[in-house]
Amino acid sequence: MRRRIDPAIAWAFGCIVLVLLVGSLYSSSFLSPQYLLQQLKVASFLGVIATGMMIVILLGQIDLSVPWVVAVGGMMATAATGWGPLGEILAIPVGIGCGVALGLVSGVGVAFLRIPSMVVTLAMNAVAQGLMIVHTGGFSPQDSSSPAMRVIATGDTVFGIPNAVLVWAAVGVAAVFLLTRTTFGRTVYAIGNRERAAYLSGARTRMVVTAAFALSGGLSAFGGVLLAGYASKAAQAMGDPYLLPAIAAVVLGGTSILGGRGSYLGTVAGVILITLLQSILSVMQMPEFGRHVTYGVVIIAMLLIYGRGRRPSE
Amino acid sequence: MNGDGTYWLREHKGTLLAFAAFLVMFTIYATNHSAGLDANVATTAANKGALLAIIAMAQTFVVLTSGIDLSVGAVMVLANCLASWIVVGSPLMTALGVIGVLLVGCLCGAINALIVIFGRLQPIVTTIATGAVFYGAALALRPVPGGDVNTALADALTGQLPGGVPASLSLLLAVVVVVWLPFRRSVIGRAAYAVGSSEVAAYMSGVPIRRAKFVAYTLSGLLASMAGLFVTFITYTGEASAANASTYTLYSIAAVVLGGVSLFGGSGSAIGAIFGALMFRTIGDLLFVFNVEPLWQPLFQGIVLAAAVCLGAARLLRLRNRLDLYG
Repeated sequence: MRRRIDPAIAWAFGCIVLVLLVGSLYSSSFLSPQYLLQQLKVASFLGVIATGMMIVILLGQIDLSVPWVVAVGGMMATAATGWGPLGEILAIPVGIGCGVALGLVSGVGVAFLRIPSMVVTLAMNAVAQGLMIVHTGGFSPQDSSSPAMRVIATGDTVFGIPNAVLVWAAVGVAAVFLLTRTTFGRTVYAIGNRERAAYLSGARTRMVVTAAFALSGGLSAFGGVLLAGYASKAAQAMGDPYLLPAIAAVVLGGTSILGGRGSYLGTVAGVILITLLQSILSVMQMPEFGRHVTYGVVIIAMLLIYGRGRRPSE
Repeated sequence: MNGDGTYWLREHKGTLLAFAAFLVMFTIYATNHSAGLDANVATTAANKGALLAIIAMAQTFVVLTSGIDLSVGAVMVLANCLASWIVVGSPLMTALGVIGVLLVGCLCGAINALIVIFGRLQPIVTTIATGAVFYGAALALRPVPGGDVNTALADALTGQLPGGVPASLSLLLAVVVVVWLPFRRSVIGRAAYAVGSSEVAAYMSGVPIRRAKFVAYTLSGLLASMAGLFVTFITYTGEASAANASTYTLYSIAAVVLGGVSLFGGSGSAIGAIFGALMFRTIGDLLFVFNVEPLWQPLFQGIVLAAAVCLGAARLLRLRNRLDLYG
């Protein structure tokens, strides 16, 4: 079976090359392997979070609870580290588990109570924030991360490839398998195209939607665990800068925000593009306001090239 | 006549429910406040409430067309920073400054509208990106917090009218009378509702879709800049605060939902959103009155918000056909 290359993905990779070329005019170190690996490492945190976001967006929904679920993941993992030797082993699963639990609640709200995902996840974000404030204020938990968290986020074992990149690659391969080779993945695309048809075809739409949100919560929390390992401690606002870039990365990668269309390769391209853009703008010592403006203008410009919808008359 | 009444009730159900819920909450708040409800307490509460109410109205215009505006907070912060430069000096200068800030707000809304209408991009991604641009502009104006504002005007609008009525409430009323009611009664306003209900049907019926969207987004920008002006009047400074921008954007969505405006578009009103916003504020104040430990307040606020949106699931009980769930 021959597949056509999605023009959106081609554009996104083209833009990555363009950004690198523009950067290399400024300084040749932008093309050095060290710099590129460092960027991939930074990108892998966003990449893990964007994976969950992509699955939810493929359903035609959105997950606005990313900021505080990321924080929950990081903070609960570091808190578990403080419980002693057993806690140190359980730190990563505890962090991810808390994220899955929060995502599960959002999923039940969306799938069974039929409340718009934008509102449910917004409310879950507020609840997660409240829980973490009570948690840190009432129990003063440990906020430094376990050795294992540091190793997966900052270490490198094979041929100098950072572990974080390997983690992202593993998550990515799992996501591609899940989306293209399993019933779950097929159903996700089907629901995104037309939920009614998926339901009438006998797909277990409600279970799939719930599971997708649980997955997104778990991946956001895992992103938080990695971030806490990278910074060697967890903080309350650590997830704030990841919500909008995650959505932007998924959409720039050609996934339709209305659901049902998109591939993981595009999301990879979107994540790398966003990370490179942010990095090069800051290396060029562009003042902060200029970085925000450029960031916004680039997203709009790229979407105007390939992300346009249909006219109402079509 | 009876038939008309039923339709009227159905159309305004969300607004009426929001009003009733606010009334109950506010009564509990007022009767349990230790110092009683004197004019100063009321003014402070009204100022905070009016600010959120204006930004919630800004969100309403766009949500009615079944869009979403994630840049309202950024426009508010931009207006705040701009106002801290130009709303100063003699009365004439101040007046020109206010007009300038409002025009910039309209411009931001119009940019969103043009991208959504002619670029045919989804509102949610468009406003994420333009929000970054607007926030960048705010940072350019105020890299560090500072600036000034005409204190006479600020005190007049955040203080009390003769008789102890908070001035901010009369400002809110003025916004409703000058902006919302004319919009709601105009052809464009009806068109905005029609677009929100079904864009295809609106197109087939020859409704001016583009004009409706343009006006809705522009008015959203206008009201967001009004909120920014009001922030300046309360704080006396301009600050490009990213936290403020994102918090108020999210609060505006919460207030709109609590106010009975459907996120699918085409139903609800800005009046409902106002009461939704006031309700959201009262929740926070209620926790304070009942001496809930400050540590627990964010959690309770989150749980109340979650419970309130779960009420939206009540429609499941009235469902005749399960297929109606899947649009």
